[in-house]
Amino acid sequence: MDASLFTSMLFATVVAGTPLIIVALGLLVNEKAGVLNLGAEGMMAMGAVAAFAVTHESGNPWLGVAAGMGAGMAMAALFGLLVLTLMANQVASGLALAIFGVGLAAFVGKPYEAVALQAVPPIRIPFIADLPLIGEALYNQQALVYFSWALFWGLLWFLHRSRAGLVLRAVGESPASAHAIGYPVIRIRYLAVLFGGAMAGIGGAFLSVFYTPMWAEGMVAGRGWIALALVVFATWRPLRVMVGAYLFGGVMVTQLFIQGSGLQIDFPSQLLSSLPYWATIVVLVAISRNGNTIRLNSPVSLGKPYRPEA
Amino acid sequence: MPIPYPPLQPDTAAGPARLVLQGISKAYPTVVANHDIGLVVRAGEIRAILGENGAGKSTLMKIIYGVTRPSSGRMFWEGEEVAVASPAHARSLGIGMVFQHFSLFETLTVVENVALALPGKPALDALARRIVEVSERYGLPVDPRRHIHALSVGERQRVEIIRCLLQDPRLLIMDEPTSVLTPQAVRKLFETLRRLADEGCSILYISHKLDEIRTLCHTATVLRGGKVTGECIPAQETPASMARLMIGKELPRCEHDARQAGSEVRLRLAGLSHAADDPFGTDLRDLHLDVHAGEIVGIAGVSGNGQQELLRVISGEAPLAEKFPVQICGVEAGRLSPGRRRRLGMAFVPEERLGRGAVPTMSLADNALLTAAHNQGMVAAGFLRFGRARAFARRCIDEFDVRCGGTAAAAKALSGGNLQKFIVGREILQAPRLLVCAQPTWGVDVGAAAFIRQRIIDLRNRGCAVLVISEELDELFEICDRIAVIAKGRLSPVRAARDTSIEDIGVWMSGLWPGAEHTAGAPLATETPHA
Amino acid sequence: MLELEARAEPSRLMAWASPLLAVALMLVGGLAVFAALGKDPVEGFRVFFLNPVKDLYALSELLLKATPLMLCAIGLAIGFRANVWNIGAEGQFMLGAVAATGVALYFGDAESALVLPAMVLAGAAGGAAWAAIPALLRTRFNANEILVSLMLVYVAQLFVSWLVFGPWKDPDGFNFPQTRMFAEAATLPMVIEGTRLHFGFAIALAALVAGYAFINRSHAGFRMRVAGEAADAARYAGFSATRMIWVGLLLGGAAAGLAGMGEVAGPMGQLTDKVGSGYGFAAIIVAFVGRLNAFGILLASLLMALLYIGGEQAQQYLNLPNSISMVFQGMLLFFLLGADVFIHYRLRLRRRGT
Repeated sequence: MDASLFTSMLFATVVAGTPLIIVALGLLVNEKAGVLNLGAEGMMAMGAVAAFAVTHESGNPWLGVAAGMGAGMAMAALFGLLVLTLMANQVASGLALAIFGVGLAAFVGKPYEAVALQAVPPIRIPFIADLPLIGEALYNQQALVYFSWALFWGLLWFLHRSRAGLVLRAVGESPASAHAIGYPVIRIRYLAVLFGGAMAGIGGAFLSVFYTPMWAEGMVAGRGWIALALVVFATWRPLRVMVGAYLFGGVMVTQLFIQGSGLQIDFPSQLLSSLPYWATIVVLVAISRNGNTIRLNSPVSLGKPYRPEA
Repeated sequence: MPIPYPPLQPDTAAGPARLVLQGISKAYPTVVANHDIGLVVRAGEIRAILGENGAGKSTLMKIIYGVTRPSSGRMFWEGEEVAVASPAHARSLGIGMVFQHFSLFETLTVVENVALALPGKPALDALARRIVEVSERYGLPVDPRRHIHALSVGERQRVEIIRCLLQDPRLLIMDEPTSVLTPQAVRKLFETLRRLADEGCSILYISHKLDEIRTLCHTATVLRGGKVTGECIPAQETPASMARLMIGKELPRCEHDARQAGSEVRLRLAGLSHAADDPFGTDLRDLHLDVHAGEIVGIAGVSGNGQQELLRVISGEAPLAEKFPVQICGVEAGRLSPGRRRRLGMAFVPEERLGRGAVPTMSLADNALLTAAHNQGMVAAGFLRFGRARAFARRCIDEFDVRCGGTAAAAKALSGGNLQKFIVGREILQAPRLLVCAQPTWGVDVGAAAFIRQRIIDLRNRGCAVLVISEELDELFEICDRIAVIAKGRLSPVRAARDTSIEDIGVWMSGLWPGAEHTAGAPLATETPHA
Repeated sequence: MLELEARAEPSRLMAWASPLLAVALMLVGGLAVFAALGKDPVEGFRVFFLNPVKDLYALSELLLKATPLMLCAIGLAIGFRANVWNIGAEGQFMLGAVAATGVALYFGDAESALVLPAMVLAGAAGGAAWAAIPALLRTRFNANEILVSLMLVYVAQLFVSWLVFGPWKDPDGFNFPQTRMFAEAATLPMVIEGTRLHFGFAIALAALVAGYAFINRSHAGFRMRVAGEAADAARYAGFSATRMIWVGLLLGGAAAGLAGMGEVAGPMGQLTDKVGSGYGFAAIIVAFVGRLNAFGILLASLLMALLYIGGEQAQQYLNLPNSISMVFQGMLLFFLLGADVFIHYRLRLRRRGT
């Protein structure tokens, strides 16, 4: 493989992995608090369409990202209202959010189909961007790529070094105990759910404003679900989320490069495109085979409703 | 400002009133948990709160600790009226609480658990040193860096106590603290509590165990049906007189006559070993046991020593890879499903009533279908015969005195005692040849407990083999013909109940029975006696 | 301050009233949406909710739309009862359509009475086979069936589009992504002449009856209900979790596959890359709104079909995107999930500080 191909594939892999990282890390926090939000796909779709619309109207992609984040949080707030205040079933509510979000995004996004945005220029980090092979791929990137790295480091610190992270883990493990020693379980869970929604919204915004600067119905294409699978694959550890996201990014990019390379291989493009989805399944199987891996690492109260007694 | 309510005898007053409750009531939609409760606790006083399950003890403590808020009433702390808004507020006042079901986080370390309950942001290293200091001072050894899930139940309790002590409490609430301890460990705990009281800390000690209260407590307040029914000085009472205060009548006793067991082995464990499915569980190691027709064999032990795993292996919920280690009515059953084992004549009453022994949201008739469907002809050609299910549920209700709204009542609408009577009835009325029973009367009121014990004895008198696994030694000695102990996943020799004593069995519960082997270096899952 | 207070027993009244309340709230919400979009709410209401039921033909279209929803939803409900979360009915639907199409194309113009029965079987088998993948991975490797079944939807969609762009493309179809039109013998007969309501509707009704018998009357259905309500109780009673996962997924897959077969052998008459039009996902809503029982699903599928057709009407007469139906469907489910809280809780007014 020649050097420029390597660099461009690495570049594309990082770009493809970025929305997965942002969304999956948000969901990780969400799940660490014991709340399972299956609606990531819907929150991402809403984030994507809101970001696109605002960027299109205002011309400012950062306003767009803020709008995407806001839309994701609004969806998450709706979910929180259902499962935290009204104690609805988390699985059913998450599915509802996924279906509703995708539908609502298609509805409000109708006028923006077939509208193009200007590509946002990358941010070049002086000096290290000149490194051979990896410099151009890693350090001449979109701002949100750098954000995803900052998010990763911040989360590592938050979960393992900060008091708030300790409280979050405690709430996810045993909400009843956390309540008994005086923590406001519901409020903490709301914050975690909102954080998850905010990240899903930003992840969606990345897709529609930076990745492929356009809006199309169904453009999230299962990335919300893949992010959910990533969190399981990563056994709720941020580092493994990073690794997993780039692996998926690599799979997506490889199949695109094969399709676009003009290599004379006789393999239908549609079947190649299904590769990332098969990869998700394979990875899930690999990580779930030993039941204890999941059981030991998953937040104990994940998915279980909790209501403090008054 | 001294508050002269309720009147206390002067000689019980060890100091000024630290906590005073006046007219505390707490109403839930379905029940009134507390009604017009008055209480005074003085400095350095150990006061028992005595009452049956459901008498309102735990609710009252949660009110004092700020977990729940009272519907009405006043609370005074060191002379000032307070409304405790939260556990954090309670702790800042100087109130600590050790919960019955611990409020610890399994996947966190000891020091992290303690940090969560302290105000501010304590540095974990410094905190670990303080934990060691306190633990040495009060004889509560614990390693601050270990994860909670790796600790025994007794060690966990120490963590809870240390967590309270680090905040220099002036009132310590202990909710049924001895239900998880061996008799020897209970004595150690009492030493610690007396020392605390001598230093001026007040202690509210919640229990339904009369002899413990007589040994430990200066004073006692008795609750029944959410109301204060009396006060006493335990040292001046007999267990019988306190029981009368607690339940309003004489303690019921079971009729248990000595009897020759049959020769037929209905349950045999033949070198049973099994690695726990749960990563935090206990492995079973080389268990041998015979239970004959017409006898009740009891297995004692501190919880978490392999009881759960043993029960799942016997019931078939955790089937084995081999057939021979579990033999039911002469059949090698190690690999059979629970349903197949039932067809061999086994019945099983699990420890958890709601969610395992019964489906909470389903009616009693549906819950009858749960285990009796085939045995009682409730299925024909794959379809259910609801009439038969209702009739069988009706029989359970009538013959086992289940107070409920009929066969259509949901299982979760029943009180613990009535649901347990229903489940025991459902299993016994299928005329089993072998009954396996876990914690048959845990959390059940005294009347229902005596009723259930008597029914188990009657079943044995009709020739059924019965295995009872319980953490209540009194119960085992009341109904069992023979008793063994489980500790660290191993089973002790079996002794005739009349040839042994609670004290001996208590020693065995630490894993120290004649011929017991100890692997060097392996941490004991139970309490070891500290010299 | 308003707060929720647990009821002593779940309210039977609210269990019935909550879906009605949800529908009412959705109507109110719908009017608000129309108003917000600058449309006359009354006109919007008429077009969206009354047009679909205005005459016999409109009603037959409603039933046609409800058919795949009913089929998919009753299949899903069986699994959902046991907490087997098959959310890939959309993919199973497509694979059922593919399998049935395979049979139809294989027979070509042959005028055999066996073609349709073979297609029915193939449709059910195709859907079941697709659902067998998550079942196998769940029972054998403990892989989460939600994610696996969902991933397989995308795979199925790509597979269908490969078929209709590639090997199965109609050679006389001007390069459109679609197969040849099916022969007469491979097309479902109509229930009512002059409409498009095909025989699949009868199959769907039969599936509802069978679903009722299974869920409410059979021992197997009882075991699945127990597993859904209390997994430990099911284990205690000795009900095999593995078997329930297989039953739940295979029945769900077969029903969805049948629905897919009904679409290609019914109104479409061929396989195209648009075969999966969201019925599999909408059926999840139908199953929940229908309370996972057959009668409820019958009503809910009619309601959801109404929303679909209302969306088409709104597109035609009000110039709104037809994805507005998805907004209404989502609102309906949210309102239902929210209203359900009142089955177990009641609202109570409490003054602060007491």
